[in-house]
Amino acid sequence: MSYQFDFAWASQYAPQIAKGIMITVELTVVGGLLGVALGTACAWSRALGPSWLKPVVATYVELIRNTPFLIQLFFIFFGLPSLGVQMNELTAANIAMVINLGAYSCEIIRAGIQATPKGQFEAGASLAMTPFETFRHVVLVPSLQRIWPALSSQVVIVMLGSAVVSQIAVEDLTFAANFIQSRTFRAFEAYIVSTLIYLALAILLRQAMRGIGTILFPKRAAR
Amino acid sequence: MSLIEITEVRKSFGDNEVLKGINLDVEPGEVIAIIGKSGSGKSTLLRCINGLESITSGSIQVAGAQLLDDELHLKALRLKVGMIFQQFNLFPHLTAGGNVMLSQMVVKKVAKADAEVMARKMLERVGLAHKFDAFPDELSGGQQQRVAIARALAMQPIALLCDEITSALDPELVAEVLAVVRELAREGMTLLMVTHEMKFARDVCSRVVFMHQGRVHEIGPPEEVFANPKTPELRQFIGMVDETV
Amino acid sequence: MIEFTLWDILRNLLLAARWTIVLSLVSFVGGGLVGLLILFLRISPKTWLNWLARGYIELFQGTPLLMQLFIAFFGLGLFGIDVPAWLAAGVALILWSAAFLAEIWRGCVEAIAKGQWEASASLGMGRLQQMRYVILPQALKIALPPTVGFSVQVIKGTSLTSIIGFVELSKAGSVVTNATFLPFTVYGLVALLYFALCWPLSKSSQILERKLNVAHRNH
Repeated sequence: MSYQFDFAWASQYAPQIAKGIMITVELTVVGGLLGVALGTACAWSRALGPSWLKPVVATYVELIRNTPFLIQLFFIFFGLPSLGVQMNELTAANIAMVINLGAYSCEIIRAGIQATPKGQFEAGASLAMTPFETFRHVVLVPSLQRIWPALSSQVVIVMLGSAVVSQIAVEDLTFAANFIQSRTFRAFEAYIVSTLIYLALAILLRQAMRGIGTILFPKRAAR
Repeated sequence: MSLIEITEVRKSFGDNEVLKGINLDVEPGEVIAIIGKSGSGKSTLLRCINGLESITSGSIQVAGAQLLDDELHLKALRLKVGMIFQQFNLFPHLTAGGNVMLSQMVVKKVAKADAEVMARKMLERVGLAHKFDAFPDELSGGQQQRVAIARALAMQPIALLCDEITSALDPELVAEVLAVVRELAREGMTLLMVTHEMKFARDVCSRVVFMHQGRVHEIGPPEEVFANPKTPELRQFIGMVDETV
Repeated sequence: MIEFTLWDILRNLLLAARWTIVLSLVSFVGGGLVGLLILFLRISPKTWLNWLARGYIELFQGTPLLMQLFIAFFGLGLFGIDVPAWLAAGVALILWSAAFLAEIWRGCVEAIAKGQWEASASLGMGRLQQMRYVILPQALKIALPPTVGFSVQVIKGTSLTSIIGFVELSKAGSVVTNATFLPFTVYGLVALLYFALCWPLSKSSQILERKLNVAHRNH
């Protein structure tokens, strides 16, 4: 084997990589926050919401969980404009990520809600709280605490999945890698470097989620 | 030469020394009760004799088989001593008969038909011949523990280690398990049992070992140990147990 | 301009879906075999084997599948091998699946009570015998629902191979879209076909899980 590795391009293309990282992080933060918010709302409606809403949410969750993210992205970016809904690439990517994480986190959070002891709901009711008040003040936080590790893994999975947004020309980290390899013909090096950056991002994101967990659920940190 | 020779055995978990130099020799046919407060190291000692915990220093020998931390020596040792656990630990995916047959076939390479004959005989011995095809979750706690005893006996050990074998049982089920153990003692099986059943220890055992803070604090025949405790710790322990009984 | 009927579109997609199915099967079975090997390393008492497996799992779970595909596609080429897209796709998906399956199964093995290891050890069984006769038969039972569930991730994962040029359902979707200019219809149909493949598996995973929970509660 006589292949010579060449990383001489790295300094020249550092700005592209930096920009790619920024976009990947932006997609993850927006997708993570709004996705979990959507997931919480959906989990509430599936577990405790009005009966007409349950099948609607269930259909959404099943459709998303049983189709590839890539196709969801293409449907939103290429398909919806034909119905007159226009949007730029970044918006489409953001929407796709929120919708995707929303469905997955719905199922995770719902499992947390269903693991709540019945006595908690009864105690809430006996204190004259409405079902929604009981959910909001009594059930929600312990439920999230219960499933926080699973939710954290899902956020990491969605971050890694965001690599495909490069396919609709969002200039994320993968897009940068593709750009560099097309200019330098150093495909292997470009992908190795960006893969390692993704790995670092995944480890950082996991730590961040753990940190957020200790802030949201201080009791666990004390234990 | 004694059957089981425990010499200067020490065991630490991190900084915590649980066994602080244990010496104990067990003769063939002896029935020994190990008593003491929780945390006194009595279960750890038993688990060391079976190689479930590795010892930090000292030596353990069973009928010439040395306890060493490799698979070959461990296997030789475990073929000589059987172990019964507090939580029964039956294999839930096998029937009572299957539980008793499995290790005969895979460890001793006994043919299936012979293993079955042995299994039926051992289940008979603990009074459960009719439960051969029952799965563990179809048996009561007392029955499960008796299957566990049959399972250990089928390996034809020369000594049995019993680690609080009645502690997880409902009170009304304790007697049926102790009856089986009493029968084994009568037949001459060498038994080492960690137990809280003081009456049983008094009636059946040849010697009682009182452990305190990782050491053998007092040892002797039951009539002596229970009637004339020499140390204040044993006096306090016996008083405590009598009050709760 | 040629007019495409809905049937023309669907027929082309269905033909391509065959390759999605074949690739999924290969990846799942291959990933299962490699995953079993990683599992054994992961639960080995030897520390260095253990870390090797951990590193493998971290690497494949902590990086995008798309990057793994790119590296397989362009990286294997460095060794002078002319890599067709199907080979790169197969290799990457097998290695990726193996990491996830090993981790799923490790969870199942660790869910088996410690007493089972101790009881079988006290009966004189060696490590392989313990695994073969006591631990795995029990672990397999609880592993079935999440393993079936993961097969859905594999099917969805195959869609990324379209990006390195393997012609399966997603790639066919893009090709047909470019020919028909009907992205809404085509991608809608593609999504429905994936759903038809994945949903029965998701559902059976749920049903198996529920059965297992009921069985456990009766104990």
